[in-house]
Amino acid sequence: MKKRGMPPLAKRWLTPALLVAGLALSILLPQLGVLNLYLQQVIIYVGINIILTISLNLVNGYMGEFSVGHAGFMAIGAYVSSLLTVLLFPKVWGPFVFPLVLVLGGLAAALAGLLVALPSFKTRGDYLAIVTLAFNMIIKSVLENIDAIGGPRGFMGMSKLTNVASVYIWVLITIVVLRNFVFSNFGRGVLSVREDEVAAELVSVNTRQTKILAFVISSFFAGVAGGLFAHVLQFINPKSFTILKSTDVLVMVYLGGVGSITGSILGASIYTVLLELLRPLGVWRWVVGPLMLVVLMITRPRGIFGLRESRWLSPPEEVEADAAATG
Amino acid sequence: MPLLQAKGVNHYFGGLKAVSDLNLALEPGELMGIIGPNGAGKTTVFNLITGVYRPTQGQVLLQDQNLVGLRPHQIIERGVARTFQNIRLFKDLSVLDNVRIACYSQVRYGPLASLLHTARFRQEEQRIRADSVRLLGIFHLEGYASVPARNLPYGEQRRLEIARALATRPTLLLLDEPAAGMNPGEIKRLMELIQWIRSEFKLTIILIEHQMRVVMGICERILVLDFGETIAEGKPKEIQNHPRVLEAYLGKGVA
Repeated sequence: MKKRGMPPLAKRWLTPALLVAGLALSILLPQLGVLNLYLQQVIIYVGINIILTISLNLVNGYMGEFSVGHAGFMAIGAYVSSLLTVLLFPKVWGPFVFPLVLVLGGLAAALAGLLVALPSFKTRGDYLAIVTLAFNMIIKSVLENIDAIGGPRGFMGMSKLTNVASVYIWVLITIVVLRNFVFSNFGRGVLSVREDEVAAELVSVNTRQTKILAFVISSFFAGVAGGLFAHVLQFINPKSFTILKSTDVLVMVYLGGVGSITGSILGASIYTVLLELLRPLGVWRWVVGPLMLVVLMITRPRGIFGLRESRWLSPPEEVEADAAATG
Repeated sequence: MPLLQAKGVNHYFGGLKAVSDLNLALEPGELMGIIGPNGAGKTTVFNLITGVYRPTQGQVLLQDQNLVGLRPHQIIERGVARTFQNIRLFKDLSVLDNVRIACYSQVRYGPLASLLHTARFRQEEQRIRADSVRLLGIFHLEGYASVPARNLPYGEQRRLEIARALATRPTLLLLDEPAAGMNPGEIKRLMELIQWIRSEFKLTIILIEHQMRVVMGICERILVLDFGETIAEGKPKEIQNHPRVLEAYLGKGVA
């Protein structure tokens, strides 16, 4: 591995400095009018999709299970957080309680994740796909049938609390938390489940525990993404959270690369921006996603950045040890 | 007190009797061989001990504690480790990670510490890494630490699997045909390695093999299975000339 010729001090402060600069830009650019509302919206969607993609990648990429109901967890986060900001807290409190509200939305989604995970992971195999598919459909039907929250008409009245800066911060939190998880004992347990679940149990990995933990964390961030989504669109309805939405996230995971945070960031960004650029194609742009998926599975089944991580996202002790080992 | 006991263990796959009335008593430090023709139920015995299968009848005791009903990872935590007949490494993961994963139950930090990378987390991770690297060193694999396990030569993969099993800190090690696919020279070195880790890690070992001569030189006691039944048990010398063993291996009429 090549050594970079940067002095150690500069190297140590480079990442934090870039992150702070990013935060400053995310606050300043919209205020100075450099970014018009449309561009801001695209950036916000990119961010939300990054959160969704990384969190689904934990289950589908790192763990090798197949969850197809991510939009269901997103829906729970969206509805819970919207109900809180609209019905519980006074409107002027909005910006101050928003982080708390997002966390609560995430926790509600995490709880749903736990309820889905407990029966699904009792057995091995493809049950998770079936259970999450059913879960996604159930959530949509339930939301459509509760008149108090608008039923099929949807729910509105949220202030526009999501902005570029808040999405930026949540994307960072998601990246840091999931990176920390992946590079830990539990993360290694998750990887071993993907590689060979029986062998994992037989080298002392509590596979049920790791699977449930990973699934709950994944659901939490889907819920947060849902909350951010609800407060940028300021209107949600059950149709926003169908299997189609879940499929979108799947495409982003497999496009960017399974088992990679870097890949998830790439996949979410490329897919979101591409769909925006293809707007002139009208309905035909929805052909692009599935088509990309087919071509990708044939030519590059692991995605653009599958099973690899950029140096920047690997913890320093891992990089150093690897460098020492390979000389 | 025997380290491992099996008392009247029976196991059926549907109507098929895979293991019938298995009785075992293994003293600490012993090295026992299980031999038998293909399909005799040898691997099933390991699966019954490690909780992959639950015995239809009977008890498996480790230091007088019943193992039946525990999940595999709980049994491994209590000091049983095993390797597999057809190597089951985590192929896409690095050699180091293969060993580190086997330290799973020894790590003393919770999920929250892992999300925040606390001081305790870093300390524990350092310990696990150091332990794993030391273990790799013992098996001359430290140079491969960051290489994906699938890229190792066959013999090294076998050694890594033993290293990974030892990382769980076992008292009882179950080796399932560790010599499969090896030539006589490699088999000889492997047997020396097994002898050595047995004394170095103070292990009790059960070794499955279907070639009789491999285990003759190294095991103190041999159990012979055929169609799930124990047809003979004793010292290698006794086994070699046991009429039922010859019958199982060579057919009737030879003895």
